[in-house]
Order: sequence, then structure tokens, then C-alpha cells
Amino acid sequence: MSKFRKKKKGIPAVNTAALPDIVFMLLFFFMVTTTMRETNLVIENPRLPSATEIKKLEDKSLVSTIYVGKSKDPNRDGVGYNKIQLNDKISTAEQVPAFIFSKRDKLAEAMHPFMTTSIKADKESNVGTIIDIRLKLRDVNALKINYSSTAPAN
Amino acid sequence: MARRENPEINAGSMADIAFLLLIFFLVTTTMNVDSGVSKKLSEKPPADYVPPVIKEKNIFEVNINRNNELLVEGERMEIKDIKDAAVKFIDNGGGIGKPSENGTPGKACDYCQGDRSDDSSDHPNKAIISVQSDRGTGYGTYIEVQNELLRAYSELRNRLSKQRYGITFDELEESFKDAKKSSEGLNQVDALRKKVEDIKTAYPQIISDAEPTS
Repeated sequence: MSKFRKKKKGIPAVNTAALPDIVFMLLFFFMVTTTMRETNLVIENPRLPSATEIKKLEDKSLVSTIYVGKSKDPNRDGVGYNKIQLNDKISTAEQVPAFIFSKRDKLAEAMHPFMTTSIKADKESNVGTIIDIRLKLRDVNALKINYSSTAPAN
Repeated sequence: MARRENPEINAGSMADIAFLLLIFFLVTTTMNVDSGVSKKLSEKPPADYVPPVIKEKNIFEVNINRNNELLVEGERMEIKDIKDAAVKFIDNGGGIGKPSENGTPGKACDYCQGDRSDDSSDHPNKAIISVQSDRGTGYGTYIEVQNELLRAYSELRNRLSKQRYGITFDELEESFKDAKKSSEGLNQVDALRKKVEDIKTAYPQIISDAEPTS
């Protein structure tokens, strides 16, 4: 009798042996195409203004970024949209030259004229703050500026 | 002792590990390309610098007050109208241009299509746009105005480039960039650079930031 009993045959399990390969491939893709976030934002992520005449910043190593916006911790830094963040701290415009020099130290002197300062400022910031930064940048001859903005969505 | 066969290593959790790594990278990295409005600052003038006298008609004055309202050449204006006003001003070509560096006297603008009126700019290379803002002006408005002014320039540059070389200035710059990168494009680089320079000197971007009011 047992000869004719139907063999119990469930649905075979899907072979997942190739799953790690797929995931690793994704992983490598992301590792190659992305860059590490260098600084922690002490200010809230600035809502960038939108503009059409924008240029891409080509070489990340030549870019130093200055953030302007509202502090995440108003008890410590005060309120308002005009807080300047250099590296990891809230700073003042007076510290901008030191910041630029520290960025320059990392690069060969021949590259200095190609360095760009990217200003990531919130829409609600005041032009006065930006002008203060700009005057300091001019003092240390960091003349290339990029006002970070987003392309309009359409 | 009985020799046992090597048991296979269980690789079932490999996917979990890889997923963990993947999620870690997804969270800690950014993929957005930085882009924005580029500007070159003028160098710091020496202490005894006397600014040159510029004729009133060659200056296009834009004022932004602390309520983000615009005053263009003494009249109130909306942001959307400023581009056309700037185009009209730059492209006026009412007189002769700046003498070139090697001493040849300036010529009248033969590619301008403006009104050639006597109370607007003489030549695109003499036309200065001066933006004065208040310290309390919103940054968003300021960038919007800068953007509109840059749009005015790119409109004129595109027009001239199309007229002279059959393609827009954006396309011209794009092909110049491509030629620089590729090895076959090397023989074209100089020709393209000349074209780009030609358009740029025909309509130079002169946007200055005046001292802010406070």
C-alpha cells in the first residue's frame, strides 16, 4: 500500500541564496555614489531659496560650506534665522576668516583660487548676515561664492 | 576518532548583515548634488581707491527694502517684471562702448536690439546693475532678484549666441565642457573657448552689490 501513497510534497522554498549578492550590490552602489555627511547640523536644515540660473559645484573637496539659519537649540543659541554655523558650532562672522584658512591648509596653494564657498542659508535669513559673511570672505580673498539654492520643481 | 565532514556554514543571516550595512549607508550619506547661484566677488579695493565716476544712465539701480519690496530706477516694480526691465536696460546700446584694453576706442553696440535711447545704457559692457538691499531684507527675495537679473543676461547671451553660432549659449558652454573632458574634443577646445569668450565679452555680467542700508 505504501508504495502507492502519494508523496507529501509542499511548495519548495524559494531559494534565497542570491539575496545577499543583490543586497551587496545595492550596498556598493550606494557606497560609491554617495558622500558622507561631514558636519552635524546645529541649525535646522535650511530651506534653500529656489533659482533657475544655478550651477553645479563640481569638486566637493574644493568647497567649504557655511550654514545660516535657525538654531535647533534656542535656549543655548537664541532665536532668529541668522545663526551662522561653521564646522560643528554656531559662530559669528568674525570667525569666518579662520574657518577659510583652516580649509585652505588642507589643500595645495595652487588650488586656493579655485576654492568655492557655498553659503547654505535659509530663505528667512536676513541679507545683513550674508553681507557680513561676504565682507569677511572678501577680506581673505575667498572670492568664489555659491549661494546654494534648489531648482524649482516642475 | 571518526572524521566528520565539515558542516557548511549557515549563510542565511548574510542577507541581514548586508541589509544592516545598506541601511546604515542610506541613513548617513547624502546624494544631493550641491548647486546654486554662483557669484564672483570683487577684490578688496585698496584704502586710497577712488571709485571711477559712472554716468547715471549707465547704472540700473535696484533697491530692495526691508519689507521685500522693490524699487527699480525710482519706480516700484514686481519681481516678475524686473527681468524685462533689465534686458531693456542692458540691450539699449545708446552710445559707444568701453575702449578695449589695447587702446582701440570703443565702438557702438552693433548687436544690440534695444531702443538706443539716450537716457539708458550706452553699451552692454558699460551697463552696471547695482543692487542695494536693506540689512533686514529676506534672503529668499534677494536670491530671487539676483536670479532674475542673471536670467536677463542669459536671455541676451542665448540670443546673441544663436544669432552668431546657431546654438544657444547654454548649449555652447555645455559642448565646451564636454570637449574639455573628452580626448577627441581637444582640437575643438580652443575654437569653442573663443566662442564662449566672445559671447561673454559681448554681454559681460556686471552686477554689483551696493553697501546695504540699515
